Amino acid sequence: MVLSIAHRITGIALSVGALVLAYWLSAASYGPDSFATAQSLLASPFGLLLLLGWTFAFFFHLCNGIRHLAWDTGWGFDIPKMYATGWTVIVASVVLTALTWAIALA
Amino acid sequence: MVELSLPRNSKVKQGKTHKAPAGAKNIRKYQVYRWSPDDGQNPSIDTYEVDMDTCGPMVLDGLIKIKNDMDPTLTFRRSCREGVCGSCAMNIDGTNTLACTKDMGDIKGDVKVYPLPHMDVVKDLVPDLSKAYAQYASVEPWLKTDTPAPDKERLQSPEERAKLDGLWECILCFCCTTSCPSYWWNSDRYLGPAVLLQAYRWIADSRDEKTGDRLDNLEDPFRLYRCHTIMNCTNTCPKSLNPAKAIAETKKLMLERR
Repeated sequence: MVLSIAHRITGIALSVGALVLAYWLSAASYGPDSFATAQSLLASPFGLLLLLGWTFAFFFHLCNGIRHLAWDTGWGFDIPKMYATGWTVIVASVVLTALTWAIALA
Repeated sequence: MVELSLPRNSKVKQGKTHKAPAGAKNIRKYQVYRWSPDDGQNPSIDTYEVDMDTCGPMVLDGLIKIKNDMDPTLTFRRSCREGVCGSCAMNIDGTNTLACTKDMGDIKGDVKVYPLPHMDVVKDLVPDLSKAYAQYASVEPWLKTDTPAPDKERLQSPEERAKLDGLWECILCFCCTTSCPSYWWNSDRYLGPAVLLQAYRWIADSRDEKTGDRLDNLEDPFRLYRCHTIMNCTNTCPKSLNPAKAIAETKKLMLERR
């Protein structure tokens, strides 16, 4: 149940994140000044925090989406399997988020 | 519809405390939801101190003891006391289950007993299941055929019969349905896990000849597709059945027949 509601919340977060992405791209198209403003906003500690959250939301939604695909084929409905795949999704999204940021900051 | 706060007349108040008889040494506290349609009062949580030395091990034993010895006004449904009738389904220790098969020893602290969530309450622990029963009737849960009845039974191979295992055992206690957030928000249009499992029980039956009609009846954004695989149903089922799996199999059949 927790992962189910988390799937919805991350879905909403991704929609909002897409707006931020659109802002960043359009700022780039307006010219160097507006792009610099967008860059400084996103590179601020708060902006980075949002980006971190968005990265996690992206990977969580992706991994849990794969879990939903497996369910659609009828696989993974036993309770032990359900918990195993749930924890796998959480661990995988944390690891993928950490990897992405490790690469980005390297 | 979604309601995030309780209406004023539904706020639960602290109720009466019924003390254990003097000299009782082994006491277990029950906290029980009480509401009567007759007195115009808000619901309350009454506390009962049950003497465990003279009480059976299951939650239902305690409730029966309360009704017999402490407070005859306490109202609840029960019948078989062995998990086959589904009457005593209620919310115990935060989970929907059958009071008769729930061991008090598995509960830490006080035994908290509420009616099944998000249903209208008739009185105390008795929920109004009339809508859920009407939904059950809507899936026409009986064998339907076009071919004339044979002289003897309609036969099934052992393999065909095995497909009904995990389905026929459902006792319609509605623990699953009332644990489902989708059903909480859309009970007027979504059938809920118990009824969908029952629907699949007839879809999966090799003797039934109306599979197509049954699937047509479920092909609806709400009736079937409000299931979002939240899995509360399977987690809570006191008979260890898997309504979520039955719903997934139904969705698969919908795709396969396209």
